[in-house]
Amino acid sequence: MGTFIQQVFNGLTVGGIYALIALGYTMVYGVMRLINFAHGDLCILGAFVGLTLLTGAAGSGHSGAVLLLAAFVLAVVVIAAAGVVLELVAYRPLRKADRLSAVVSALGASLLIENSIMLIWGPDVHVFPGDLLPATTWTVAGASITFVQVMIILASVLLMAALYLFIHHTRFGTAIRATAIDQDTARLMGIKVNRVILTVFVIGPALGAIGGLFVGIYYREAYFTMGWTYGLYAFIAAILGGIGNIPGAMLGGVLLGLFNAFAAGYISSSWQDAITFALLIAILLVRPTGLLGEPDAGKV
Amino acid sequence: MSLLVIEDLSVAYGQIEALRGVSLTVESGEVVAILGANGAGKTTLMRAISGLLPKRRGAVRFDGTDITRAPADRIVCLGIAQSPEGRRVFGTLKVEENLALGGFTRSAHEIRQGLETVFGMFPRLAERRDQLAGTLSGGEQQMLAIGRALLARPKLLLLDEPSLGLAPIMVQSIFRSLREIAASGVTVLIVEQNVRSALKLADRGYVLEVGRIVHEDSAARLLASPEVQAAYLGKAHT
Repeated sequence: MGTFIQQVFNGLTVGGIYALIALGYTMVYGVMRLINFAHGDLCILGAFVGLTLLTGAAGSGHSGAVLLLAAFVLAVVVIAAAGVVLELVAYRPLRKADRLSAVVSALGASLLIENSIMLIWGPDVHVFPGDLLPATTWTVAGASITFVQVMIILASVLLMAALYLFIHHTRFGTAIRATAIDQDTARLMGIKVNRVILTVFVIGPALGAIGGLFVGIYYREAYFTMGWTYGLYAFIAAILGGIGNIPGAMLGGVLLGLFNAFAAGYISSSWQDAITFALLIAILLVRPTGLLGEPDAGKV
Repeated sequence: MSLLVIEDLSVAYGQIEALRGVSLTVESGEVVAILGANGAGKTTLMRAISGLLPKRRGAVRFDGTDITRAPADRIVCLGIAQSPEGRRVFGTLKVEENLALGGFTRSAHEIRQGLETVFGMFPRLAERRDQLAGTLSGGEQQMLAIGRALLARPKLLLLDEPSLGLAPIMVQSIFRSLREIAASGVTVLIVEQNVRSALKLADRGYVLEVGRIVHEDSAARLLASPEVQAAYLGKAHT
């Protein structure tokens, strides 16, 4: 029982992070039918930006909580701005070009960001400071949950709830959903589609930067190729939930995190990826458009 | 001054010219019908007016403003709304959300007023306001598409094939509503394959053939003209 609860805690933590990153893939896909391959790299760029503030301000006398908050704000602002630049430079000029050009541009942007991280911060693994947050650990039903885990789970839930409310209960959120369904008809409503796309490139990278910084804080490390690793997991989570579907990305992220944790806890951490992806394939065989994807979402 | 003036408009898809030098006018308060066979360019004309298609040549003026190069959202703000061909409702959004999107350029207060007007006109939409638009019948979706366009409070309402694929009784009901809308002072430009119903509703009509206007006359005279009868009304059932 202890192991089970433990894996639930671990799974929810990682799942919350996957979900935050997956939302960026799914929202961009939703409005543009494009996989933004640079998204994972943007998220990890967020981790590096945050880390730079944390190490630079170490010993400044501010408490860990204040530093961490500042790191999150800075990462969100910088990465949201980077998302806007990415859309304006790499995607907007290709709006009317064929899909393959945009995919190539996305891959190029991914490599550009990844290599920029290596040039600025170097190829080594950077270690996150471990003394920023209380090392408190609670024991629940024979399993332990750390302060960092609680923080990540709570923050993920709150951010996702806020996004859900924005998308489903505001005029602009409804305009985003309408644009995802039918761009031309959205234009007939007077919706500025380019502004919707820009908004998506602010929200997705902003949430992703938080996810990326959580990755760094949870695993206490950051390295320049990390964007591919976590980007891939989050992308899989988005597909699992049904790409283009916002609640789907949240569900897919949490489920993938749980699969991962159970595979690692009950079988072996070296088999964790193989088992996770086998399950993914099984689910997609039964539901090719993902758990919450609409049957016709595959029209692309 | 005419509300809508189109001069020598040409629109092309790549090498293929779908509209070739179309000129027409719509006066304020009028109902004007565009008749033509499939592929004549009727939907292209509607999409071009709404700013969804770039114009190769010519000019479009609305209410004294040149909108030839205006983006679609600006054209909606100026007062042109469209109920597009095939209805194009947002299927996974609720009926009420669809209607509210029609008023995207309007204030919250104007949206509330507009919802009341549309629900008064189409009580079935009021009953189904919380249902997803994709679950409505074809006729209800058409009501929704028209109601959604009305939420923009247009001066000019563009209707592209509002009776397409509907049962005859529903076609009658839609045309009754359109008469009501026209009587309320909204100017209407309608494209319709149901030529008889369209000409009974309209004041004037234009006949479009392979991208060109070939006839222009009052609706009554078009309805009586042997050419229109032969080409679009099928003499056998008259």
